[in-house]
Amino acid sequence: MNWDWNAVSDFMPHFWDGLLVTLEALALGSLISFALGLVWALLMRVPTRWVRWPVGAVTEFVRNTPLLVQLFFLFYVLPEWGVTMSALTTGVVAIGVHYSTYTMQVYRAGIEAVPVGQWEAATALSLSVRRTWTAVILPQAVRRVVPALGNYVIAMLKDTPLLMVITVLEMLGQARLYSQQTFRFTEPLTVIGVAFILVSVLASLLLRTLERRLVR
Amino acid sequence: MTSGLWELVLKGVWVTVQLLVLSALLGAAVAFAAGIARTHRLWIVRFLAGVYTEVFRGTSALVMIFWVFFVLPLAFGWQLVPLWAGTLALGLTYGAYGAEIVRGALLAVDPAQQEGGIALGFTPAQRLRKILLPQAVPEMIPPFSNLLVELLKGTALVSVMGMGDLAFSGNLVRLALQESAEIYTYVLLIYFVIAFLLTRGMRALERKLKAGVGKEPVKEKAVVAADPAGAPVAGGVR
Repeated sequence: MNWDWNAVSDFMPHFWDGLLVTLEALALGSLISFALGLVWALLMRVPTRWVRWPVGAVTEFVRNTPLLVQLFFLFYVLPEWGVTMSALTTGVVAIGVHYSTYTMQVYRAGIEAVPVGQWEAATALSLSVRRTWTAVILPQAVRRVVPALGNYVIAMLKDTPLLMVITVLEMLGQARLYSQQTFRFTEPLTVIGVAFILVSVLASLLLRTLERRLVR
Repeated sequence: MTSGLWELVLKGVWVTVQLLVLSALLGAAVAFAAGIARTHRLWIVRFLAGVYTEVFRGTSALVMIFWVFFVLPLAFGWQLVPLWAGTLALGLTYGAYGAEIVRGALLAVDPAQQEGGIALGFTPAQRLRKILLPQAVPEMIPPFSNLLVELLKGTALVSVMGMGDLAFSGNLVRLALQESAEIYTYVLLIYFVIAFLLTRGMRALERKLKAGVGKEPVKEKAVVAADPAGAPVAGGVR
């Protein structure tokens, strides 16, 4: 085992660049998945099955196929169809859409957990459908599911290295680039491995605090 | 697509299935070992198993695969055949998620069952084998089923290392045809079919195991719920 601290300090500037891209992808991917997941969850409650069935089938398909292949699909197929996006945008969209099929189930569980009495009270007060959702159901449902959504943020963090395969230079991409230039693999890969553990442990601590605040 | 290219895809499917089976076996073994160790009465055993699960759950599967492929040979001189390297990385990573499932299911067994075992003078090993596991294992099946689908999706990661699995052969076909929509649609469909078969198989297994301890299978699909233990895993693993 040969460990060279100089290689570590050489790698650190690249590491910070990579960390920034990773966090950027994570933040944008989370936003997309939270918003889109809510849309899916609401569409699954539309009365006609002509909406529910296609949405259910598509989300089931996306959830059960590898994110890696979905990334390739978006990266290589969309340009053929005339849609060009930067690699990072493609990656963010792929992660966001993939995880929206998970957050959708979280929202569904949250909505189902709102007591029936709340629905009945909304009907008794003759609130419109829109008001029932925005003022009564969603505020209670979303509050309940924040911790579960947070778990998916951590899961997303651990899927951001996949963006490397479509040329995004996030942490793993930077580590690979550095290794290819200097032929040192041990230090950069170990540094980012430890960084992932640290970031996810920090995130889960943060999450636990948030959980205590929100779910009482 | 020509038949030669289809042959390539089928070879990829075979590698994916091999990798899936091997890493599922390793993962299950590790999951039971670490999960049971986390309920052990000695604190040091619990602590070591806890460190293992936190480390392997905390880092990304792809980073782990890179580490096994590049660092292990350089730092320790262990050069593994790609299939075994992939199995090791995936088995250990997903085994750590599985360990949480095993631990949760063991803790969920009614404490009176454990006490009954003590009262009847069973040794700890007997209690585990004859009382706890037969009741806990059927409860583990739905979360394990989700985890198995996650593992299937994880096997695609080895294609980054140049292993000829389904995702990799998809890339080769794309390069050969200079056309990507068709092949990637097929690849996604094949993964979906394998995932579908896996969930079906696990549901049948659950029915069988639950019938053995006189329980009904859960009707509703396992719903993702807020997990205070904070298991950050995709796939609604509880």
